[in-house]
Amino acid sequence: MVKNNEDFDYMNMDLLRFTTAGSVDDGKSTLIGRLLYDSKSIFEDQLDAITLASKRRGEEHINLSLLTDGLKAEREQGITIDVAYRYFSTPKRKFIIADTPGHIQYTRNMVTGASTANLALILVDARNGVLEQTIRHAYIASLLRIPHIIFCINKMDLVEYKEERYLQICSHIQELIPKLALTDVNYIPVSALLGDNIIHKFTSMLWYNGETLLQRLENTPVQKDHNQTDARFPVQYIIRPHSTQFHDYRGYAGRIAGGFFKPGDDVVAMVSGIKSKIKTIEKDKKTVDIAYASESVSITLENDIDISRGDMIVKCDNLPITNNETNAIICWFNERPLQLSGKYLLKHTTNDVKCIIKEIQFKMDINSMENDAFDKHIGMNDIASIRIKTTKPIFFDSYNINRITGSFILIDEATNETMGAGMIQ
Amino acid sequence: MNEFRITHLKELENEAIYIFREIAAQFERPTILFSGGKDSIVLVHLAVKAFYPANIPMPLMHIDTGHNFIETLDFRDDLAKKINAQLIVKLVQDSIDKGRAVEEKGINASRNKLQTVTLLDAIEELKIDAAIGGGRRDEEKARAKERFFSHRDEFGQWDPKNQRPELWNIFNGKKNIGEHFRVFPISNWTELDIWQYIMLEKIDIPSIYFTHKREVFNRSGVWLANAPFMERKEGENIEVKDVRCRTIGDITCTGLTLSIAKNIEEIVTEVAASRTTERGSRYDDKRSETAMEDRKKEGYF
Repeated sequence: MVKNNEDFDYMNMDLLRFTTAGSVDDGKSTLIGRLLYDSKSIFEDQLDAITLASKRRGEEHINLSLLTDGLKAEREQGITIDVAYRYFSTPKRKFIIADTPGHIQYTRNMVTGASTANLALILVDARNGVLEQTIRHAYIASLLRIPHIIFCINKMDLVEYKEERYLQICSHIQELIPKLALTDVNYIPVSALLGDNIIHKFTSMLWYNGETLLQRLENTPVQKDHNQTDARFPVQYIIRPHSTQFHDYRGYAGRIAGGFFKPGDDVVAMVSGIKSKIKTIEKDKKTVDIAYASESVSITLENDIDISRGDMIVKCDNLPITNNETNAIICWFNERPLQLSGKYLLKHTTNDVKCIIKEIQFKMDINSMENDAFDKHIGMNDIASIRIKTTKPIFFDSYNINRITGSFILIDEATNETMGAGMIQ
Repeated sequence: MNEFRITHLKELENEAIYIFREIAAQFERPTILFSGGKDSIVLVHLAVKAFYPANIPMPLMHIDTGHNFIETLDFRDDLAKKINAQLIVKLVQDSIDKGRAVEEKGINASRNKLQTVTLLDAIEELKIDAAIGGGRRDEEKARAKERFFSHRDEFGQWDPKNQRPELWNIFNGKKNIGEHFRVFPISNWTELDIWQYIMLEKIDIPSIYFTHKREVFNRSGVWLANAPFMERKEGENIEVKDVRCRTIGDITCTGLTLSIAKNIEEIVTEVAASRTTERGSRYDDKRSETAMEDRKKEGYF
């Protein structure tokens, strides 16, 4: 029984994941605090707790960053160490914020937050304009192929709300765009401290006719952010009930990584290359006529063929690339540098294979966006172009086409640590 | 094929089912930590979907403090039977009897913290390599930094400053012998998402989530249930009130909400309008500003 009432609009709400990047003093915490506060997502006991804590620290205003800095070490040092996830919703949409620290040594956190984001919110201090860190953030957003970007020109109150200053900064950013792979880019002048153009519009910037930040967040289309054309189904797990009722049932469980599937589709199982037809698709304990990218389903096939975890079911007329050598952009996360000729475990979709680093082609300077072909030392937080060889062929798409089938991580088999994240070129 | 549109609840469901299947594929002895509370009930509901039409390939385990709301125990046993799952119950009392854990003293004594000992002993004894919990990142600030796949060392400890980065939907469950993982399939759900989902999916929950008359007393603004093992201070008088549980934990530290919400629709409305967090009435979190982080580092849920 669903009432047609405002409280039950969630039946139609969708989800947007966004990442915010910024430094200590560009007002990022204030902006997030403002979004949470103005959308009434901060609870009274949370507000009481941070009000008390701010007072105890002798701070004049309520320090909204205390909401996001959850760990003891972070509170003590007044810095954000790790990605923090925050949640808020409006009647239209639920939002997941991956709040990442922006200092250079935390590139790994920015990349982590960006990997699942539909949108990146990049803060620019209106007084300082485009800085090295602005370029760094935009570059990472572009590298990780975040579909939508909003540049928030913050602290407009400190530049007397001047339109010229705003336009000047926007044109600086636009000069960078040709070097980056950014598609949907928006600019909004805001004052996070005063709440101007965040959720409400005040009279101080009447020259700005665009949306507020929240309107833009609510109206950004997200349903097309998944690859919708190349049907890909990495097999995660085999479901075999061993029961009388489902005696011969053999379901391939997984989450569709691209395109869509229907019963009757002619498919091929990658590695074996054996062809079959989709018999049924089950979702939510029911059979369905169609299933789309991002849905967790089970697929049964007409023939009993040998398929296991790590294999990929695709349509016969649209195959991924199969190769045991590929070029990739790698972000390095560990204190121990990337080893040329080093061996790592490569995790790609549901597939684990061993690989060797054949070549380090160049290191990228993320501040100047230049490539350095001579510096082969790839340490923590560095980004580089490499060539890898795997012991068995893997099936992939270019990361530009599919963020799921084009990404992988490298694991050190001695320590089990995740060493780096790669995007296939 | 652009007419496809997915709601936030279905997206969260797809994500959680994906995590469950990763657990089943990557670990040998995964176990669902089941408290009988709403989060673990949703967790079980998602597990059933993930492996349908097979039974869930993992047992449920309840770390029982002995200080329960009786309604949740019946519910627990019925649910395990209904879905054909093995139920493991480990008693905090056993840990106390064996001298592994020492009962807290004083008026605020709770067995909540002692559960960590029983839990870690069970993980070691049963060689559990993935303990699946209903923890959510919106619950508490230390949880906001928790990974889906959260690595624990051989002492069961969490090192929040040295967590493995988690990118895209690739989860690294590699570990050495003796270490284990805590996995949180509903990390991205909020309290309201849980209630909305319970309503959408018509999931059964224990009766104590709905309004009922109960003997209660007030301690520092928190309504606690009267039970035989509860010590009361002077001035903490028993009253009968219309209450319901917003969260279910050990009875000694679970605050009750004054409420007349009698069905799930009314609960959703109440939670949506609420101005305090659900853990705001949890006595165990009020002990210090970093109470949750400290407990988590030691190996708490």
